[in-house]
Amino acid sequence: MPQIIVNGKSVHTDPHETLLEVLRREGIRIPTLCHWEGLPAVGACRLCVVELDGQVNLVPACATPAAEGMRVLTHSPRVVDARKTIIELILANHPDDCLYCPRKGSCELLRLANELGITERTYRGAKIHHPKDVSSPSLVRDPEKCILCGRCVRVCSQIQHVGAIDFTSRGATALVAPAFGDGLNISSCIHCGQCVMACPTGALTDARHIRRVTSALEDPSLTVVIQHAPSVSVTLGEYFGFAPGTDVDGLMVAALRRLGFKVVFDTSFTADLTVMEEAAELVDRIRNHGPLPMFTSCSPAWVKFVENFHPRWRENVSTCKSPQQMMGALIKNVWAGNNGVHPDRVFSVSVMPCTAKKAEARRPEMLTEGRFDVDAVLTTRELAELITMKGIDFSTLTPSLPDHPFGTRSSAGKLFGATGGVLEAALRTAFHMLTGQNPAAEPIHALRESEGIRELTLKIGDLELRVAAVSGLAAADRLLGEIEAGRMNPHLVEVMSCPGGCIAGGGQPYGHDATAVASRMQALYKVDRGSVLRFSHENQEILRLYREVLGEPLGETSHRLLHTGNGGHHVR
Amino acid sequence: MNNADLIELVSQTPDGDPSQLISLLQKVQEASGFLSREAIEAIAGHLRLSPSAVYGVASFYNQFRFTAPGRLHLQVCRGTACHVKGSLDVLETLQRELKILPGQTSRDGAYSLETVACVGACSLAPVVVAGGEFHAGMDSEKTKNLLTSMEQVTECNA
Repeated sequence: MPQIIVNGKSVHTDPHETLLEVLRREGIRIPTLCHWEGLPAVGACRLCVVELDGQVNLVPACATPAAEGMRVLTHSPRVVDARKTIIELILANHPDDCLYCPRKGSCELLRLANELGITERTYRGAKIHHPKDVSSPSLVRDPEKCILCGRCVRVCSQIQHVGAIDFTSRGATALVAPAFGDGLNISSCIHCGQCVMACPTGALTDARHIRRVTSALEDPSLTVVIQHAPSVSVTLGEYFGFAPGTDVDGLMVAALRRLGFKVVFDTSFTADLTVMEEAAELVDRIRNHGPLPMFTSCSPAWVKFVENFHPRWRENVSTCKSPQQMMGALIKNVWAGNNGVHPDRVFSVSVMPCTAKKAEARRPEMLTEGRFDVDAVLTTRELAELITMKGIDFSTLTPSLPDHPFGTRSSAGKLFGATGGVLEAALRTAFHMLTGQNPAAEPIHALRESEGIRELTLKIGDLELRVAAVSGLAAADRLLGEIEAGRMNPHLVEVMSCPGGCIAGGGQPYGHDATAVASRMQALYKVDRGSVLRFSHENQEILRLYREVLGEPLGETSHRLLHTGNGGHHVR
Repeated sequence: MNNADLIELVSQTPDGDPSQLISLLQKVQEASGFLSREAIEAIAGHLRLSPSAVYGVASFYNQFRFTAPGRLHLQVCRGTACHVKGSLDVLETLQRELKILPGQTSRDGAYSLETVACVGACSLAPVVVAGGEFHAGMDSEKTKNLLTSMEQVTECNA
């Protein structure tokens, strides 16, 4: 096994490892800015430079393959000085308004300046002056805070195959922007927010809804109702000292009540409802000539991706609204009436792992009776901020349960938070619809992978059901290519826009931590293992809703409340 | 350049080959005088790149412009020799008189302004190239006179 010498100590390396990988594996912290796990190294920021015996210049660890006998110094005075100078130069044209920055608690540049002990202003450069782009319903772009690391650009084009933004112009006027310097709203942006996750500074952030929500909470004439998405309970805890993958469902509901929300519903309930409607739609499409494959519609960034880049597949997207929008429609059009509240006096909030949900809530087909189904969308990050702002000591709360009639969920609905989970949930119910029996609710391991295209053929009665799941839109693009080339012919395809699913959604804790994502995924599986109610079609509250209001899946009321217009989603 | 001509021109380049990007941008600019939105989108579609990537490359280079040139296209040399001999004065005079910045075209479509790095005529510094014609030893006064003398050019084609 090849050996290298790091700071005088012998270290083994695996074939094809870069120096950066070896050093990080050895527990040596090497700062990086442009590096992004899962993407090829670009070696642009030079922060990861190390001293290599026999080389005149410092070399970037991210782009240098480890080779037998290398002698590496990772923190020699020369190396630390070089890193410090890089940060000082970046700071020279940075706006320095950290106190007013939405990323002040989580800024990588600030952390690096701190770690490298920068306490004096060494260089003074001209500041960039460029207006904020607030045109998007989900994201805010503030080029003055951009340090041109390019992570957003590469994530957008390489992981998501969107390419809404790129470097424009040159030198001191260089800027990351959409084509023609347009606003994001008229670019090809699909709102997924993966650029926000990748941004080390405050250059890309959420379109914040906190003020909207606090104003509504203070308005005595409004009844403020909140729903929380399946994946939020396994990530929110990370903001309050819990290990990644801790399910803080009860504490979160208690915190929501403490914040003043009158009623708390669980979006996993409408995930169960989505399963009922989507499974029925699939069976209907299979029996009545398509169009097939049917694509899931829970991920609004995926829906927008189809509209922007693959309009020929538009009618293949399920007409089901997403669980967020189904819950919104039920709150204003069913719950309000049953509880003597005028729907105009209901303010409907959701907590989502997602920035695209903010845009989805504003889509024209997401109005029922002329009212928005959902009025404000908080990301997981915003909810954590709100809880902190209101002085709630999260970990000492007494756990609470969501309210009825939309508070009981099967663990199938909870699985919606991870890639493959919608399929797993839908298959359990489709099996029951087709055979009248429950399948064994064994985990479908073939679907529980976080990467690549996962395919599965299931024999249900006399039907061979072919399904596939992908996460990340580059993978989705590849899958569409396979279908177009005739190499794949599935009945049902689940697409989640963010790699790994909602647990790594654009509204979750910043950054990319594969270990944390894996823990969050396991947390959802653990909920499923420990649950007595594992089938959406056995959820008594769902059955009651069908009995009392909806009639049957795909029925008239279902169509009015839970589905978008015929012919797929509306295109602007 | 109408849309059919644009498509015709773009389709002469092999599709799906991003290495053709710069030469295709040059061809289109040569034919139509600038790169319109439609042109950038057509090029992006043809080479299977995103419009933002194509715009990113085009905006990197000084040679590409995104607005239609005016009837009189003015290039002010901002190379070292011209700078030393006062080309900033000349540029500022033009900006003031025409009320446009480099890269822009006046609203009436009469003038467009551009700065160039060096036109290779340093002995004539400072140089202004007006409609392809070199004007040597420029200063603020001469620049104003140049504009007056060119009024016919900018108006007669209107």
